[in-house]
Amino acid sequence: MITVLAAGARTLLQDGGRIGYAHLGVPRAGAADLPSLRRANRLVGNRNDLMAGLEITLSGPTLRFESDSLLALSGATLAAELDGRPLAMHQSVAVQAGQTLVCGRVHEGVRSYLAVRGGIRTPGVLGSVATDTLSGLGHPVLCNGDVLEIEPTHSTDGFYLRKPERLGNEITLHVVPGPHTDRFSEQSFSEFLAHTFTVHADSDRAGVRLVEALQLPASVGELPSQGMVGGAVQVPGDGRPIILLPDHGATGGYPVLAVVITADHGRLGQLGAGMKLRFEKVSRDQALSLLRQQEQGLETDIVAADEALLEARSLMMLAHAHPELRDLRMHNISRRVRLRR
Amino acid sequence: MNIRSFGDAALLIELPDAQAAQALCQALLVGASAGIEDVVPGFQSLLIRFDPLKQDAARLAERIRNSTYSLPFSSKPVEHEIGMHYDGPDLSMIVQASGLSVEEIVHRHSRAVYRVAFIGFAPGFPYLTGLDPALHLPRHKTPRVHVPAGAVAIADQFCGIYPRSSPGGWHLIGTTDASLFDADRDAPCLLSPGDTVRFRALP
Repeated sequence: MITVLAAGARTLLQDGGRIGYAHLGVPRAGAADLPSLRRANRLVGNRNDLMAGLEITLSGPTLRFESDSLLALSGATLAAELDGRPLAMHQSVAVQAGQTLVCGRVHEGVRSYLAVRGGIRTPGVLGSVATDTLSGLGHPVLCNGDVLEIEPTHSTDGFYLRKPERLGNEITLHVVPGPHTDRFSEQSFSEFLAHTFTVHADSDRAGVRLVEALQLPASVGELPSQGMVGGAVQVPGDGRPIILLPDHGATGGYPVLAVVITADHGRLGQLGAGMKLRFEKVSRDQALSLLRQQEQGLETDIVAADEALLEARSLMMLAHAHPELRDLRMHNISRRVRLRR
Repeated sequence: MNIRSFGDAALLIELPDAQAAQALCQALLVGASAGIEDVVPGFQSLLIRFDPLKQDAARLAERIRNSTYSLPFSSKPVEHEIGMHYDGPDLSMIVQASGLSVEEIVHRHSRAVYRVAFIGFAPGFPYLTGLDPALHLPRHKTPRVHVPAGAVAIADQFCGIYPRSSPGGWHLIGTTDASLFDADRDAPCLLSPGDTVRFRALP
C-alpha cells in the first residue's frame, strides 16, 4: 500500500488506456508518454509493461510506502528523494515499508512516470484505470490522503535503462501528411514544415496548442464530424495548429494537415508551454521502421543488473546534481575494489 | 468507397452516409481481427485505428474494399422519449438568429423525430439528425468553457445532448435528467445508432 501524503500539481493514474470503446465516444486516454510508462514498468520487472503507474505532471507527489516494493522513475527528469537520499532515474530502486518518496519538480519535459513492481491495483472502468481528464472516466486525479494498493515485493531483481533519451531544446517531431491535405494548399504544408512553433500554455492532455498561425486558403473550413487519432495536427479556422493527445474527443471536425508518427507520440506527450518545436516529413515506411526500432529498444536497452552495479550507476548519475555524493562514490568504489581482492 | 491513410496507425473510410458507416462499423466489431483497436463511425466516414506492428495498412484497406456488409443496422432500433425543460441560455439568441418565437422554437424542436446518426465527441454524446431546417445554425465562434451535464443543444443539422459537463460550441436550448452514459451499465450508452428520439417538453 502507498499513502499519498501530498498529491503534487497534477498526478494521475495511467496505463495503456481504453481500447475498443471509441465507437461509444470514449477517448483512448492512457499515458501521454506511453513509451516512458512502459520503460518504467520494465525497469521494475513487470512483464506486462502497460500496468498502471503514476503520471507525474510538473511537480510531484510525496508518497509513503506502507509495504516493501520495487520502484522506478522514467520519462521527464524528476528530482526525487527516498528518505532524503536522492534517487537516480531510469533504474529500479528497492523500497522498504515506512520509507517516504518525495518527488520534486519535473524538468526536460513535463511528465515523469513512476511504476512499482506488480503495478498499482485499482478497479478499472472499461478495461482501464486511466484518468481521462476530459470525460471524467477512470481514477480521479490524485488527492492528499489517497491510498494506492500495491503488491508487497521483496524482489532483488534489478534493471536499468542503457541510453536514456534527452528531449533537447528544440524538438523535432516526424509527421506524415494528413487525410485532408487536399483541403490545404501545398504552401500551407511547406510553411508548416518550415516554421518553428512554440507550445501554448493552454495545452493539456487533450491537445498541444501551438502559438504561431499558418496562412490558410479560404477553402479549408470544417468537416462533418469524423473519427480522430492521437498525433493528428488539426488546423481550426484561426490557423493555429492543435496536436491531439490521448484525452482528445473520439470525433472532431477540424481538417487534419499532418499526423505525428506513432514512434514520436512519447515525445509529443512531453511538450510543455514555451517549448520550441519543428516538424519533419517522413514516409510511411520510415515511420514504421522508427516504430520497430523503438519497440526493439524497449527489449534491448533495459538490462538486468545486480545491487552493486545499480548503486554505482545511481551515484554516477547523481554526481552532477549532488556533489556531496562524490565522497560517498569514492568510498563505495574503493570498498568494491577491496571486496574484489 | 474512398480509403485514406490517417497517419501510420489508422485508415479513414469515406462513406455516403452515417448508416453506411454504422453498418461497416458493426461488421468490423463483430469480426474483430488482430491488430484492429478501434472503429469510430462519423457522419460520412469510418475511422479504423490499428496497431501498425500487427496490421499492414495496405492489406487492411484491401480487405475492407472487398468486404460485404449488410444494411441496415443489425439490432432492432429502440424508440426513446426524453423529457426536457426548454430553459437553455441560448434560446434568446436563437430567437434573434431564426426570427422565430420561443414557443415556435419549442414546437419545432419537440415535434421532430430524431435518429441517432452516431455517438462521438464524448462518451455517450449522440449526434441526432432530423432537426427542423429553420433551426440549423452555425456553432458558436468561441466555444463555452463549461456546458452543464444534460444540456440539450443544437448546431448545424444536428441536435445533441451533453452527457456530462464539458466545453462545447453548440447552442443550448434546454436540459434533461436522462443518464446518457454510465460505464457500469451493460450497454453504457443510453442511445445507440439507428435509435429514434422524441423530446417531450416538461413544464
